[in-house]
Amino acid sequence: MSLVARVLEAGGIPTVTYTNARDIAASAGNPRQIFLNYPLGNPAGRPHDPENQRMVLRAGLKLLENAERPGIIIDLPYTWSDSPDWMEKFMTNEQPFISEDAEARRQKLLQKAREQKARQIH
Amino acid sequence: MDYIRYIEKTHEYYRSLGYDKTYNYAYNEDIPFVPLNKPLSKCRVTLVTTASFLLLGEEGLPLEEPRMIGTNEMEVFTTPSDWPADRILSTSEDHDRYQTDMTDVNAYFPITRMQEFLKEGVFGSLSRNYYRALPNYSHRKTTEVDGTEILRQCREDNVDVALLTPV
Repeated sequence: MSLVARVLEAGGIPTVTYTNARDIAASAGNPRQIFLNYPLGNPAGRPHDPENQRMVLRAGLKLLENAERPGIIIDLPYTWSDSPDWMEKFMTNEQPFISEDAEARRQKLLQKAREQKARQIH
Repeated sequence: MDYIRYIEKTHEYYRSLGYDKTYNYAYNEDIPFVPLNKPLSKCRVTLVTTASFLLLGEEGLPLEEPRMIGTNEMEVFTTPSDWPADRILSTSEDHDRYQTDMTDVNAYFPITRMQEFLKEGVFGSLSRNYYRALPNYSHRKTTEVDGTEILRQCREDNVDVALLTPV
């Protein structure tokens, strides 16, 4: 996604990227990053908490208005939980990233795409 | 501040599963930058995401097929900016499913919040469409194909500013 931000920015459109993965966006050279330390899937705020979502979005708008150089990262102060457990357990044997169901669905879609491609060739 | 180093974590995780090749994250030292040159209240604003979801018809049935990375030539899809949040169904596999369930669209694709900001005069207008790009393993394709197509459509719609929400 940061690569898309870079294309837009180079094309003259200012961008702000809301992320849950600070290091990935920073490594890619993102023009303006709002980092929210929530689990992957919540870049725009806490689910079912419109007030929090508005504050997160507002932080990005402020950065758009104020940034005078590329690569600024704003670390938002909101925390997901009092315990850091979710960070420790993510992507472990206890909590595998992709479920077996999801992997099965993925394989099915891949197979379908291969068949479509084969049909196009013939 | 303590936070997850995803690049390191992903490499470790896939190595532990027996893959010898892991995802090659983008790395750039130069960063493009253009300052905002007018008030947001006069700007036309768009939203771009990598979240996977389906638009639903009024009866609640999907209007499109599920998509997956690597299976489409052009991987940019649009969502009308006035689309109702309750007619979006997440098909994400890329979130932390032990912590969050993607039932609130606005936590990853803030379509309702953007509509509120428009009504409140925070934005001048919203773009006709918002954009969805599938995450892609090819940096070249993301930049030269998908990113370039989003830029083209943004220009056509006179977009001034883009907010991005990767999932």
